[in-house]
Amino acid sequence: MDTFLSFIVAAVLAAAPLLFGTLGEILTEKSGHLNLGVEGMMFMGGVAGLAGTFYYEKATGGEPNALVSVIIGIACAFLCAMFGALIYSFLTITLRANQNVTGLALTTFGTGFGNFFGEIMGTAAGGYVSVGTVIKAAFNDGIPVLKDIPVIGKLLFGYSFFVYLAVAIAILLAYFLNKTRTGLNLRAVGESPATADAAGINVTLYKYLATCIGGGICGLGGLYIVMNTANGTGGVWVHNSIGGYGWLAVAIVIFATWSPLKAVICSLVIGALSVLPYYYQIPFIHSAIYEIFPYLATVAVLIMIIFRKKKSNLPPASLGLAYFREER
Amino acid sequence: MTYENVKKEPLIRVAKRPEVSPKKAMLIRFSSILVALLLGGLIILALGFNPLAVYRDIVKGSLLSGTALKATAKIAVPLLGAALAIAPAFKMKFWNCGAEGQITVGAIVSTYFALNLVGDLPRPVFFVVTFIVSAIFGGLWGLIPAFFKARWGTNETLFTLMLNYIAIGFVKYLRIGPWMDKGQMFPKVPMFDKAARLPEVFGVHIGWIIVLALVIFIYIYMTRTKHGYEIAVVGESISTARYSGMNVPKVIMRTMFLSGAIAGIVGWMLVCGTNYTLSDSTANGYGFTAIVVAWLSKLNPFVMVLISAFLAVLQKGSNTIQTNFGIPASASEVLTGLILLCMLGSEFFINYRFVFRKKTVGGDD
Repeated sequence: MDTFLSFIVAAVLAAAPLLFGTLGEILTEKSGHLNLGVEGMMFMGGVAGLAGTFYYEKATGGEPNALVSVIIGIACAFLCAMFGALIYSFLTITLRANQNVTGLALTTFGTGFGNFFGEIMGTAAGGYVSVGTVIKAAFNDGIPVLKDIPVIGKLLFGYSFFVYLAVAIAILLAYFLNKTRTGLNLRAVGESPATADAAGINVTLYKYLATCIGGGICGLGGLYIVMNTANGTGGVWVHNSIGGYGWLAVAIVIFATWSPLKAVICSLVIGALSVLPYYYQIPFIHSAIYEIFPYLATVAVLIMIIFRKKKSNLPPASLGLAYFREER
Repeated sequence: MTYENVKKEPLIRVAKRPEVSPKKAMLIRFSSILVALLLGGLIILALGFNPLAVYRDIVKGSLLSGTALKATAKIAVPLLGAALAIAPAFKMKFWNCGAEGQITVGAIVSTYFALNLVGDLPRPVFFVVTFIVSAIFGGLWGLIPAFFKARWGTNETLFTLMLNYIAIGFVKYLRIGPWMDKGQMFPKVPMFDKAARLPEVFGVHIGWIIVLALVIFIYIYMTRTKHGYEIAVVGESISTARYSGMNVPKVIMRTMFLSGAIAGIVGWMLVCGTNYTLSDSTANGYGFTAIVVAWLSKLNPFVMVLISAFLAVLQKGSNTIQTNFGIPASASEVLTGLILLCMLGSEFFINYRFVFRKKTVGGDD
């Protein structure tokens, strides 16, 4: 029972960064833009959030306020990743560059950006950057009092606030996309920008906002990976620590068929798969094979959504296509 | 459009340029690289280093000595090979983001032969066999998404992306599973026998000759053959291709097999020529960077030679600046990213121009 409990907890912690990346990319893709720079934006968010809290801690002389450090970390991560998304948006929306290629270039840039500044900060700090126990606790501790309830406390209230934030964003995003006028407009932009344009929707503005805010959300995932003590990073910059998460998030977007609520479940499944070998040994299946499962499942979903032909499961119709009003 | 909108002509609007002379287009691309280097220079300056000295050492450390030049070539060769692999697929507007995986599959089969059969075959036969087999398997790996795209229209960008991680995950399984080197603490695939390592010409494995031959091959294939023409027509309009009697699924699958096969050959070069072993990072991002190389070259194989050489210089040179200045080697990724993003942006100025609103308002008022 104890193993099972620890397994579930580990799965949730592994799922949270994926969920951020997935939600950010869902918002982006709903505007018709396939941003393959998720990984790059996560790196940018991660390093900026770490830098923000690290220098804030330094400025306070090693006695930071937990709440302020959390706010600074989130703001820095969000804004920096948003900056990455802004570069992407400017190139693909205003300058009409190819989306796939621009996204890949952003991943190259963002990965380099994260590792470069992570190491620069490390060198300046004499070895490596590391935040103190107060900030680590602020980013990792569960809900006080409630988390001490046996079993349920550990299962429901013991997580970092990031986990609750990710689920809250998922619910908000689902509500926004499906129940609000603005969300409907955004979906229209992603399905058929020409129609949306004719209906008087400001296509460019919607695309910019969705891509940039989506990028910011991805950045929070990066910050979480950097701050999470469970995976051995814990407020230290580890070279390439974010590598692979961004691509997994791109996969989960498909796995979840572009639905924010399904993304919660899907990222949990993928998170569970990624930590399963540490808790249970399953005979005949090598632990390294587990890591392929998410991608295999994604391929299966990609094929299945074609056959099921359910409208709501299909990718946005104009995903990856540029829209130029003058070239209709 | 309502009458009100006619009156309000925007301050700046975008119009398509008729045709830019190749010279001017070249100038625009070249200045975009300068802008990127300038931005990179500002970052270097902000960190308290002299940008000119840093750039000088990048050139020095990558080109100005025999060993440096060889190391740079070893980076440029697979990058160019992968870009050549991607070119036919992209010409067809089939967004093959799977070169990374196709390279890996080619590397896996080459490794299988190198670990199991190297002593049994004469050396030239061994290389010919591994070359062909890696091409076939790389091609088959590329054929999977092409088949689904041609038959059912699945999204090839996402499909090929996922196949990358399946191939790389499989390498990880082989590395810590059946192919693990028993004599090592760290789980890794054993180093290849000397006989399984590609011979060198001028200090670089013979892959460079093969890749240069491929440059010519792809150029002729894309511009002078029936296949190349079919690829271009399918890329422009699938309906046109279908009405003119082309077998579109066949063209898609054939082209992706070729694309994957060339990537597979790159994988063969990487394990037999550069690394002499297989690891999770054998493909090392070449498949991704190559996409941008191919795109920025406008799919012209000769321009790809220049761009991949340039990126190789940056990558090799940043190892030098790490030793000389203590600047992290990740600087190469930042610079590469900056250059790619700036060049992508510059394409706009080649294809479009800004039209400013005229001062005098027309007769509509």
